[in-house]
Amino acid sequence: MSDTEPTTSDASTSTLARQLEDLDRVVYRFRQNPMSVIGLGIILAFILIAIFAPWIAPYPSDAGYAGEPAVHYDQKFEPPSAEHLFGTDQAGRDVFSRVLFGTQLSLKIGAVVLAAAVSIGVPIGLAAGYFGGRIGMVLMRITDVFLSVPPLVLALSVSVALEPSLTNAMLAIGAVWWPWYARLTYGEVLSVKKETYVEASRGVGASSVRTIFRDILPNVLAPITVKMSLDMGYAILVASALGFLGLGAQPPTPEWGTMVSQGRDYLPAQWWYSTFPGLAIFLIVLGFNFLGDGLRDMFDVEVQ
Amino acid sequence: MSTDSSDLAETSSSSAGDRRPTHRAMEKSGAPLVSVRNLKKYYPVSGGVFSRSKSNVKAVDRVSFDIFPGETFAIVGESGCGKTTLGKTVARLYEATGGTIKFDERDITDVDGKQLRQLRRDIQVVYQDPSSSLNPRRRIGNIIREPLDVHNVGTKSERRERVADLLEMVDLPVEFRHRHPSALSGGQKQRVAIARAIAVEPKFVVLDEPTSALDVSVQAKVISLLDDLQDELGLTYLLISHDLSLVKNVADRIGVMYLGNFMEVADSRELFENPLNPYTEQLLSAVPVIESHERSLKPSAVEVQGETPDPQNPPSGCPFNPRCHHRFDACDSVEPELVEVEPGHLTRCLHDPGEKRKEVIQAMPKDVAFEDRKGSRQD
Repeated sequence: MSDTEPTTSDASTSTLARQLEDLDRVVYRFRQNPMSVIGLGIILAFILIAIFAPWIAPYPSDAGYAGEPAVHYDQKFEPPSAEHLFGTDQAGRDVFSRVLFGTQLSLKIGAVVLAAAVSIGVPIGLAAGYFGGRIGMVLMRITDVFLSVPPLVLALSVSVALEPSLTNAMLAIGAVWWPWYARLTYGEVLSVKKETYVEASRGVGASSVRTIFRDILPNVLAPITVKMSLDMGYAILVASALGFLGLGAQPPTPEWGTMVSQGRDYLPAQWWYSTFPGLAIFLIVLGFNFLGDGLRDMFDVEVQ
Repeated sequence: MSTDSSDLAETSSSSAGDRRPTHRAMEKSGAPLVSVRNLKKYYPVSGGVFSRSKSNVKAVDRVSFDIFPGETFAIVGESGCGKTTLGKTVARLYEATGGTIKFDERDITDVDGKQLRQLRRDIQVVYQDPSSSLNPRRRIGNIIREPLDVHNVGTKSERRERVADLLEMVDLPVEFRHRHPSALSGGQKQRVAIARAIAVEPKFVVLDEPTSALDVSVQAKVISLLDDLQDELGLTYLLISHDLSLVKNVADRIGVMYLGNFMEVADSRELFENPLNPYTEQLLSAVPVIESHERSLKPSAVEVQGETPDPQNPPSGCPFNPRCHHRFDACDSVEPELVEVEPGHLTRCLHDPGEKRKEVIQAMPKDVAFEDRKGSRQD
């Protein structure tokens, strides 16, 4: 009990103390699940790699750091060695350096795609769920139309319609991703809306906007956060798939999917060219999935 | 009446000693604060997936009553009788299907937008379950400050002080402002809900079963707090409850509700000592009595019979007739009206609710009384 606390105590410090206490509990619950800790470890490692790639990578110029990617035809297709950990590609570029730099791209793709999807989908879901009626029906039918097309197919057609490039790939994926957030948010809002505290907020005289942002949004954030962490890996995977099909980042950009696609021509003899970027995709998707599962258990929410 | 309230006073805090359940009713004069006329709230029920035909559930049907400034008007009834719907419709949380609600002599049935939000300052609601009426993601201080923020009352620092004052008024430590609702007990949460309700100094508070989600030991304290606040702030209460023994001690007047309308409305003491409606009799007989001399009715004479009918298919005639122990031929064809049979005492029953009947019922076992009434009706 805080009865011993002086009533005049500085409110901000005691608020901070309580927040730290809350954080402690959250960390404890998170650590109960070893998979989520592994996931978090993987993601943190990738983030560190992304930030420090220019310093870690042995040959930054091979990945296009400060200029076009260098070429060294005299060193092409060298197998993995101490000098080139992941070997070299058809232009003699260090695959290890390029995979490290690819981390930056992948994280950026995931972040941009999800930011776009969330900023379109969540407001639509909030409005449809809160106001319901005709507005809700129209918004959710539009969402259903987008959901009825397989995401990869839609992303493919958008990419083809625009010029194949990394930016357009991100745009395309974001455009096909938001309906999932709209639907998730919609469903959550419908259940939160029934809570008495939403009625109480109205009873107090709060406006719709205030009720939505103070009482509804904070209570639907948990499942959205969990879905975001689960989707991060998937978004990276789709971006890689577009790159693999030649509709995403164009060579010689060190994007993992593009690299796998390029190395495919040299399988199985020069196996390292495709394998290491592929492993990187595998690891980052795995990491985000573990993390998302952990968050889901922690928040105790259901995400379809 | 003081003996009646003693069982509650014993378990409640010191302030409960000066409880005076009926004196406020005596002061009632002049214009009512809340005046409800022919209020209806119907819910459409679709006939099935392929059927477009719709029927209505009449949750509240043609209800009229007044609440006078400073009094506590209680609505009692079994679950599903429409008492919560009535309360929330009067508070303008639900849209009325028909009828009028006047507040402070002003028709508020259809006000909306900005006017409605301003009206919310004067009418507040305390909900049944404090665990769900407080947003779990917000801190107590923010929850209580919400009405002040919404209605732009005072400066930031004034609001902070006001929150501290309010916490004190509901007997909670000021430090609670930093906590989340999950860290509080049920009774403490309900105190927070009460603090939120009185934050903007409303005139009228709808109490929707304010204690039914609480432990028995806490109920009396919350009721006593509400009673003190009423005196301190001059509040008018609409108390919704299914608990007659609770209502008996705090209400000035009581409306007994059944299937969407009142069966009987009377001053609290009058209702308990001289119930005129068979439904009220049955309800009173269901209240456990500890001291036998308190009874005004022979409890064995009437017992609660049967279940509440399906509100979608209410019985014809008097809604209570299938369960009534005074039922006679006309009851399932003629719908009785709520009539004032004694000053301030209204009842809805086809029986002559006069003096004679009371004597008959009190003097005779139920079968004889029933036969007697039936006979006298028919001749």
